[in-house]
Amino acid sequence: MSVDKLKRTVLGLIAVSLFFVSGVVLAEYPLNLTEGVTPTSQKVYDLHMTIFYIVTVIGIAVFAVMTWSIFHHRKSKGAVPAQFHHSTFAEITWTIIPILILVGMAIPATKTLVFMEQTGDAEMTLKVTGYQWKWKYDYLDEDISFFSSLAAADNEARQLNSGIDPSTIENYLKNVDNPIVLPVDTKIRILTTAADVIHSWWVPDLGWKRDAIPGYINDNWTYIEEPGVYRGKCTELCGKDHGFMPIVVHAVSKEDYVTWVAEKKAEQAAASSGKDMTMAELMEKGKTVYGTNCAACHMPNGEGGAAFPALAGSAIATGDVANHVDIVVNGSKNNPMMQAFGQQLNDADLAAVITYERNAWGNDTGDMVQPSDVKAARK
Amino acid sequence: MNDAAVHDDHHDHDHKPTGIGRWLFSTNHKDIGTMYLVFSLFMFFVGGAMALVIRAELFQPGMQFVDPQFFNSMTTVHALVMIFGALMPAGVGLANWMIPIMIGAPDMAMPRMNNMSFWILPFAFTLLLSTFFMPGGAPAGGWTMYPPLVLQLGDGFPFLIFAVHFLGISSIMGAINIIATVFNMRAPGMTFMRLPLFVWTWIITAFLLIASMPVLAGAVTMLLTDKFFGTAFFDAAGGGDPLLFQHVFWFFGHPEVYILVLPSFGIISQIIPTFARKPLFGYASMVYATASIAFLSFFVWAHHMFAVGMPLTGELFFMYATMAIAVPTGVKIFNWTATMWKGSMTFETPMLFSIGVLFMFSIGGFSGLMMGITPVDFQYHDTYFIVAHFHYVIVPGIIYGVIAGVYYWLPKWTGVMYDEKLGKLHFWLSTISVNVLFFPMHFIGLAGMPRRIPDYSTQFADWNAIISIGGFVFGLSQLILVWVVIKCARGDGEKATDQVWESAHGLEFTLPSPPPFHSFTTPPVVTDATAHS
Repeated sequence: MSVDKLKRTVLGLIAVSLFFVSGVVLAEYPLNLTEGVTPTSQKVYDLHMTIFYIVTVIGIAVFAVMTWSIFHHRKSKGAVPAQFHHSTFAEITWTIIPILILVGMAIPATKTLVFMEQTGDAEMTLKVTGYQWKWKYDYLDEDISFFSSLAAADNEARQLNSGIDPSTIENYLKNVDNPIVLPVDTKIRILTTAADVIHSWWVPDLGWKRDAIPGYINDNWTYIEEPGVYRGKCTELCGKDHGFMPIVVHAVSKEDYVTWVAEKKAEQAAASSGKDMTMAELMEKGKTVYGTNCAACHMPNGEGGAAFPALAGSAIATGDVANHVDIVVNGSKNNPMMQAFGQQLNDADLAAVITYERNAWGNDTGDMVQPSDVKAARK
Repeated sequence: MNDAAVHDDHHDHDHKPTGIGRWLFSTNHKDIGTMYLVFSLFMFFVGGAMALVIRAELFQPGMQFVDPQFFNSMTTVHALVMIFGALMPAGVGLANWMIPIMIGAPDMAMPRMNNMSFWILPFAFTLLLSTFFMPGGAPAGGWTMYPPLVLQLGDGFPFLIFAVHFLGISSIMGAINIIATVFNMRAPGMTFMRLPLFVWTWIITAFLLIASMPVLAGAVTMLLTDKFFGTAFFDAAGGGDPLLFQHVFWFFGHPEVYILVLPSFGIISQIIPTFARKPLFGYASMVYATASIAFLSFFVWAHHMFAVGMPLTGELFFMYATMAIAVPTGVKIFNWTATMWKGSMTFETPMLFSIGVLFMFSIGGFSGLMMGITPVDFQYHDTYFIVAHFHYVIVPGIIYGVIAGVYYWLPKWTGVMYDEKLGKLHFWLSTISVNVLFFPMHFIGLAGMPRRIPDYSTQFADWNAIISIGGFVFGLSQLILVWVVIKCARGDGEKATDQVWESAHGLEFTLPSPPPFHSFTTPPVVTDATAHS
């Protein structure tokens, strides 16, 4: 039996005995850090286990002494209290030994940290920008750029009292509409920044997380060794839907990556052609865009919530068209929570979603907004 | 009764003002201490109720009870209420009650300021909790109040800032009072190195408060001007720096951790020798270790921010400094263990809770050491692993210390022994449930569950259900403490002797139980033989 297997068996036994006590039978029981798929994550995992074993040994030793004392030096067993209250030798010993142990821990820790900070020599660069509550990815060498939000099915299920059982959705809350595709065996530089508040980009299998801070561009790198799908989350509280902005990385072979880049470029060129759309097209597209970008605050039925205004029957969504377009594209002057979506969505998406808001939920204004109108409203 | 008799009566020790005025205008350290402790207990349940809302929502995946914004308010206000409303007032309350009678003083040095520092608290929390009824709701950006997120708060924002200002003023006044009392009002012969350790830990805590609270006040004032007066201290678009706030906040925030924990260390340093029937091992090294922890606490703040992307040298410095704190903390744990070693121990409730601190604070210390290792902290940071860590140091570390102190001194305060059976039941129920509550958080954190999320992936469902069960049992178990305290306050129980415990030492145990309204009118004389150490 390999050490690895032994480790898993022991952890499993501990877990199983715990479940036995609690009387709950579990299908799966996550217990430990992932080993991940990069050289960094492997080093971090090894360091984690080393330190874990060291503190476990110290813990067992200290707890054993305490427990021994509790059982043997008790009055009910007729123990007579000693009166010593000082020992310079003992105190020097238990100052020096911990210092030596700590130095022993600091050496591998320093080595790993120095390794992780070597961000040079990257073959490609991915820029990650955090938004409330989605991620924007820019492939700086390829001129590819897109937003990635929580997938629609997950988004529907996670609404308050949605009536949808989360266990019916595979990888619940870890699915997105547009996953990132990255090549394996490539040193990839990953820059993190943010557009509104502080976020943090974390894919456990890559072995690190890094905050995405407005005004800062943080420098990181990764080198994925195995193709696969790796899922992560935002890990810095960023407002209401902090828990609902996952990250999905598809790591593929270098050849597949080249194919994907070509497809993605063609798709983006088609979306920005700027030609007029019909009412049906606008409403259909608008409904989707609304679902991923607006429903989180204004709710799927347009009724809004405690801190967020309703759109159904609102003065803005049924009033002056130009004003409505301005608020969606450039943000609200009165409410800092209402973002400027002009930076995040293309003209077609914006035209569609504004048209949708003016005609859904009984707003029925009959107004149509075209991509060219949005283009004109951009500041 | 003629005028002379009234006049005489006025000089009697036990003349107490009556009615509501006794409490509103109190300048008596015991009454103010009692108010602090009762307030703290009340806020403990307010904060606890919020924790139960969190655990109810997290019992199952999916959103069942609250919307995500309200969930964030729960985590944020839970932390603010527990830290500033429950833990800190509990520490100050115990200091108020015990420090004058432990050093042989008649009262605190500045009794009117003492009254004011307490009465600020209810107003501060009224400001804070009133935000629940305002447009935009209660603070939901985390208790750390990081900009730019905190600036998105609605009408509640200035209320949050002024509540924090008031809490800071209250703490600073309390700290000044404690320092003035200990430095000026010790009984003859009560030299510094004869002070009971609880008094020592409180002096050091008081200096930490004076050094760190104004820093927090400065940081939140800058938030206020950023929001309302057009400054851009923390706004990158205006030339400011969002990380500046984090550095300044944690320069307060890390010493704050020790502000909370040091008084508990002091309490168990009083209790363990009493029930081991053996003097505290290494008194002087305990004092020096406490002082070193306090000093080092000013040089480790950025270990809360490893993930923000600091330069390598910065990360290394804060990693080494953080690891260094393990040394004096270890010394304290070893000294307590050596105090128990070859003692003659009995296990009354205060001792049980103190031993609970030794074991479970150590577990929190170990995970703390793991998180001090920067490269692995990049994985641990902002996951449930850190939630497990700081709850282990706060709940079975700090809160157990406070509870141990309450059981230890309750007979002294009321003159009545508490119900030992109920006390033991309280300990065992709490200890089992607190581990069911917090231990599995290590697992789900390592497996990748971020903190401060209202809903989670189904792989974490089973552990979260177990954690929630632990949480509800722990929360309800604390009602036993309320019952125990009420019983003692009503005089329902055996009469306590002056010494209360067979082997208790210290000036507080030379006074009757309960002590007279004004403690020492003639100062006692302390010698090596009668000193607590």
